[in-house]
Amino acid sequence: MRKGAGHFLDGPRLDAFSKVTGQERYAADEYSEEFFWAGAKRALVPHARLLAVHTSRAAAHPGVVRVLTSRDIGGSNRLGIVRNHQPVLVDEVIRHAGDPVALVVARSREALSEALELVTFDHEPLPGVFDPEEALKDSAPRIHEDNGEGNLMRAVRVRRGDPDGAFRDCDVVAEGVFETSRQEHAYLETEAGWARVDEGGVLVVVASTQTPYRDRKEIAAALGLDMNSVRVIAPYLGGAFGGKDGITVQCLLGLAALNTGGVPVKMWWDRRESFLAGMKRLPARMHYRLGAKKDGTFQALSCRLYYDSGPYAGLTGEIMAMGAEHAGSAYRIPNVNIEGYCVYTNNALGGPFRGFGVPQSTAGMELIVGMAAEKLGMDPLEVRRINALKAGDRNCMGVELKYSAGFYDCVDRLVEHPLWKGREAWKASAPPWKKRGLGVGCMAHAIGYPALIPDDANARVELTENGTVRVYSSVPDMGQGNAGTYLRIAGEVLNQDPATMEVVQPDTDHGLPSGTSSASRTTYTFGNAVIEAAGGLKGAILRAGARSLGVEGIDSVELIPGAVRARGSARQVALRDVAALIDAGDRSCKGYFRTPYDESTLSIMYLGAHVLFSFGAHLARIEVDTLTGRIDVVDYVAVTDAGRVLNRSVYDQQVQGSIAQGIGWALMEDYVMKDGRHETGDMATYIVPTSLDVPDMVSAAVESDETTGPFGMKGIGEVVISGCLPAIANAFHDACGVRITRFPLTPERVLSVLAGQGEKA
Amino acid sequence: MKRKISFLLNGSPVAMEVDPSRRAVDVLREDLGLTGTKEGCGSGECGACSILVDDVVKLSCIMTAAQLEGRKIVTIEGVGQDGELHPVQRSFVERGAIQCGFCTPGMVIAAVGFLKENPDPTREEIRAGMSGNICRCTGYEKIIDAVEDAAAKIRGGGSGG
Repeated sequence: MRKGAGHFLDGPRLDAFSKVTGQERYAADEYSEEFFWAGAKRALVPHARLLAVHTSRAAAHPGVVRVLTSRDIGGSNRLGIVRNHQPVLVDEVIRHAGDPVALVVARSREALSEALELVTFDHEPLPGVFDPEEALKDSAPRIHEDNGEGNLMRAVRVRRGDPDGAFRDCDVVAEGVFETSRQEHAYLETEAGWARVDEGGVLVVVASTQTPYRDRKEIAAALGLDMNSVRVIAPYLGGAFGGKDGITVQCLLGLAALNTGGVPVKMWWDRRESFLAGMKRLPARMHYRLGAKKDGTFQALSCRLYYDSGPYAGLTGEIMAMGAEHAGSAYRIPNVNIEGYCVYTNNALGGPFRGFGVPQSTAGMELIVGMAAEKLGMDPLEVRRINALKAGDRNCMGVELKYSAGFYDCVDRLVEHPLWKGREAWKASAPPWKKRGLGVGCMAHAIGYPALIPDDANARVELTENGTVRVYSSVPDMGQGNAGTYLRIAGEVLNQDPATMEVVQPDTDHGLPSGTSSASRTTYTFGNAVIEAAGGLKGAILRAGARSLGVEGIDSVELIPGAVRARGSARQVALRDVAALIDAGDRSCKGYFRTPYDESTLSIMYLGAHVLFSFGAHLARIEVDTLTGRIDVVDYVAVTDAGRVLNRSVYDQQVQGSIAQGIGWALMEDYVMKDGRHETGDMATYIVPTSLDVPDMVSAAVESDETTGPFGMKGIGEVVISGCLPAIANAFHDACGVRITRFPLTPERVLSVLAGQGEKA
Repeated sequence: MKRKISFLLNGSPVAMEVDPSRRAVDVLREDLGLTGTKEGCGSGECGACSILVDDVVKLSCIMTAAQLEGRKIVTIEGVGQDGELHPVQRSFVERGAIQCGFCTPGMVIAAVGFLKENPDPTREEIRAGMSGNICRCTGYEKIIDAVEDAAAKIRGGGSGG
């Protein structure tokens, strides 16, 4: 952290006590004396015309309160962020197996599950489409009749320089096609919420959500309510990682609560429903071509990226665009032709997942860089150093890096690392039947929303009548610890011990709209707004304190924990007494911040490009068991430039957690679908890393000073995950001399490739 | 059909009328209001619902209410004593082993049970001992650190519980 800062920034997480004692109440923990359970009848067919829903048998169940269908919805019955076309309850067409066709409200969970079996529906099956490249063919079944471009949801094309000419002049051209898997978030708290219509007629929804303000608009529009009669509250989430960036239970719960005469309703998807109906990381197929000169400089990049959106738009087009924007990762490449396609299929819902499209394209880029280095006969780190973006360079989109850019230093740290220097001896000492290898994966990740979408935040910091400080968070804490960080930031500005302060979790009734908990923006954007709000409050407190102490001007007083003191004296006045001197309205201060953006990037691509990035460089040491095909990640080094580190423990939590998810995506996580059917149903068949699968990790920080960031920081939540798959895959090639291009690197694939039989399965 | 069951819950006797086929996790959360015990998978794969049954770690999502009968049950709410955190809880806080916190109660229970069986474990033994509990946030390293630290605290004469 910066010199002089940090008195109150460091320390244990402020939410740890309530969580470690089991006292923290998540959305899943809401119960009351009387409440009903709500649950959805899922289609389980991937594509069909819905003809009729039969509810009478379920409605006759003695434990059932209501059975609701699309006809009971007063509003548009459509969800969407960019395109509003996902039904709350299907009215015409079922487009994936998880689509809901009816909603049952029951007095008990047992009655609910019995009644859901009694709901039936008539449907006319429609041919489905399950592969994004197939879906683009003219002959493919159409998923949205009104979509002008067949099943193409969105395309992004960026051309710079003269890629064709540049490829002709290259000494080396590497080419490859890579496929990454559909990754399930598998947060421990499945989608959950609680809703009721209060005495004033307001629909109150408590949900495990990253997006309370956006949810409010969507709920109101879909259910036909005035936005002011919808209130959304977001308690601490039991994990999200992007999978709760949008509507899950909210509208179904709202619909149920509008039909219970004021009795609260609980909805909590079980794991099977969470898998069936929840969003997944978009699978991608990526055609990459990279050309370089003999000296190792990259000259040209050409790639075509196909992202599988699933049936609805959600944020999938934006995810693909972000992937395309990062297709050239953290390198200088003067000539590029990047094409990204996001395509509708009848597979599972695609949606945000830590990295937002970047892990896919970064995997493609880092694998092709590895192949190019091999063709060049160059050290993989040296190739990356030669081409590393530095401040002032232009990235593959043509955007000049005007902000902090410590990427070169990240790579440099790996070059100097003992695990890299000692690599040959370590590889040579592999035990029998094992092969050892080292691999590199590098990455960049943009902070905040693209230029067209204001990435802004409104914070409110208050001095209560009791003289304590309260921070109104408007950005949910899905586990990353931003709520506590806001307290620490306000504490740092106000010189107050954060342990004495209070944070109010997001509630559309109390806070101010501040965007979503996503995009590596939660601390960067809202933290800056907290600094401004706390600064305003500091002025109000000092003015009142000076008056109270009878001294001239605020420079004569200072804030100390719990009090205002006259400088150079022992005379002080307690904050409780200061609070009494300030009008209630003036004890509450607002702060606003908007993340830097550049309007001129709007001409480059859809929504414009980003201007501020975090960076990283990774090294994986792996051991391949040639008898079982199992890959062990033995050591992992992550060097990250996310600006200044405000709190080392919270920072490393993001680094380590990202690596674990990245290892899972690289080695084992594959949500399998066949013809639109979910072949993965539970945590027994969807394998995520356990404590035996993740090594102790080295996390090093290149602390570039990001002058626009709160105390010099940039986002750390997403950048790290993108390096893992390519680092491990490049290590596999280093160990075994062959490449696997479809992921994850399961033992079956490894054995098949080692036996010279290609990538079966 | 309901039946009377009696058991010791966090040190206090409990007697209640309950459908014996109800899941233990539902009895704890819904009937007794102890929402510290979480449900993550409902199929015994993730460990979020871990409780101590006669000092042994069990998964309450695959136990029935009838299986509570006559047992000594400890949930996360009963791990600390007299308002003091258990050494395992202290170590989880101090070592940054908590992120979203939804796996935390189960992790703490698992660690308490594991350290009773193996009070002086190696790091690798901790990895194996905690491998039945999934955490999606931390990458486990700080959880292993915390269990290692808690073992030292307890051996050093803290209240091992």
